[in-house]
Amino acid sequence: MDFSLLAWGDAGWGDQMARGAVVTLAVAVAAYALGIVIGTGLAAMRLSAIPPLRWIAAIYTTVIRGIPELLVIYLVFFGGGAALRAIAAGMFGYEGYIDLPIFLTGTICIGASAGAYSTEVIRGAVQSVPKGQIEAGIAVGMTKAQRFWRILVPQVARFALPGLGNVWQFTLKDTSLISVIGLVEIMRQAAIAAGSTREPFTFYLVAAILYLGLTSFSNRGFGWAETWANRGVRRS
Amino acid sequence: MDFAALVRYGPELASGLPQTLLLVGQSLALGFVLALVIALMRLSANPLVSGFAYGFVYVFRSTPLLVQIFLIYYGSGQFRPFLQDIGLWVFFRDAWFCAVLALTLNTGAYTSEIIRGGIQSVPFGQLEAGRAVGMSPLQLFRRITFPIAIRQALPAYGNEIILMVKASSLASTITILEITGIAKKIIAATFQPVEVFIIAGAFYLLMNFVVTQAIRYAEYRLSPKSPAARARAEERRQKAILAR
Repeated sequence: MDFSLLAWGDAGWGDQMARGAVVTLAVAVAAYALGIVIGTGLAAMRLSAIPPLRWIAAIYTTVIRGIPELLVIYLVFFGGGAALRAIAAGMFGYEGYIDLPIFLTGTICIGASAGAYSTEVIRGAVQSVPKGQIEAGIAVGMTKAQRFWRILVPQVARFALPGLGNVWQFTLKDTSLISVIGLVEIMRQAAIAAGSTREPFTFYLVAAILYLGLTSFSNRGFGWAETWANRGVRRS
Repeated sequence: MDFAALVRYGPELASGLPQTLLLVGQSLALGFVLALVIALMRLSANPLVSGFAYGFVYVFRSTPLLVQIFLIYYGSGQFRPFLQDIGLWVFFRDAWFCAVLALTLNTGAYTSEIIRGGIQSVPFGQLEAGRAVGMSPLQLFRRITFPIAIRQALPAYGNEIILMVKASSLASTITILEITGIAKKIIAATFQPVEVFIIAGAFYLLMNFVVTQAIRYAEYRLSPKSPAARARAEERRQKAILAR
């Protein structure tokens, strides 16, 4: 193993790998944010009184959680590209080749999966808010919005935090899959460097260490967040 | 939507089904043995032994499976002369071996935590009672620890099996033609991603449905049939879903 390959600047791959880590983090944050938006919407649908909404949400979470992310990525990448070209040809008469924006494609694919998992987390958290508190809110004359913001949101956020921490962990790890469609994040950068230096082990090891660093660091962040969210809560 | 395509690609995708099942089956079997060893190491009183097990689990749970697969399959190439000298190169140049190895190590790490949780859930009084009537350590494990732990761990392990079915799709990145690998090949050749996705997705959903039902049945058979025990089983299932 030749660690001088990891030098900064033109002599080595250090700065490229670091840039890959930044891209990984950016996709992960974007996908996670999208996932929480989807998850909140679907959790509301699953808890809704209207059966078709419940069914749609249940089907979405079952399908997305049961199918490999890689397959979803291939569908969106190839299918989305074809759809985009069809629209361009049909509406604008453009016959050339259009590539999908891969950052966006990746974010949507990983976000769709994060959304399915966070749906279950958020639904569980909503259900663990005692019903009596909502009734108490009604009794003192709170409006629906007040009950939502004052009773549900603060507690659901706290209950959902550990589960959402899990979702973040595998969202971060799942971003590695986007490398198969060519987004230059940690994995893809490692593959490029491995190919040109013929030191695959060195660079995949560096990739592993970068992921390890990112997960450890964010784990600690979630640990702090939980401590902060649970301040003043009576412990049994 | 091209319905004829569903018929046309069905058989080809189905030919990847045995590969996926074999990949998952081999890795789960080997991974379970590894997980038992790691779980017992983690519970060991020797800090070196438990520390090693902790490190193993931590590293494998904190890095993407894709990195693990590439590190083993492509990474081993860097040490080819050495591996050839000690006669291990025949294994590492084989994509199937590398995929099974990576999946085994990965599921071993996750499963060991599930088993550890199960073992730790065994009430101390029950072990005490076993010792009081003179059971040997082996008898204690076989008659008390194992049955209680497995019941506690079953829903979480069912989840792990489903995650492994999904994870096996990553083997396609190192040339193995299981369902996802074949799907990608057909998509690249025909540009009918939606049709191929529907068939391949249906295969995965079917496998996961069978796994879910099998685990449910196993839980039913292993649980005491009192309503209270049923309620506890349901609670465990809910918790297992939230865990991932």
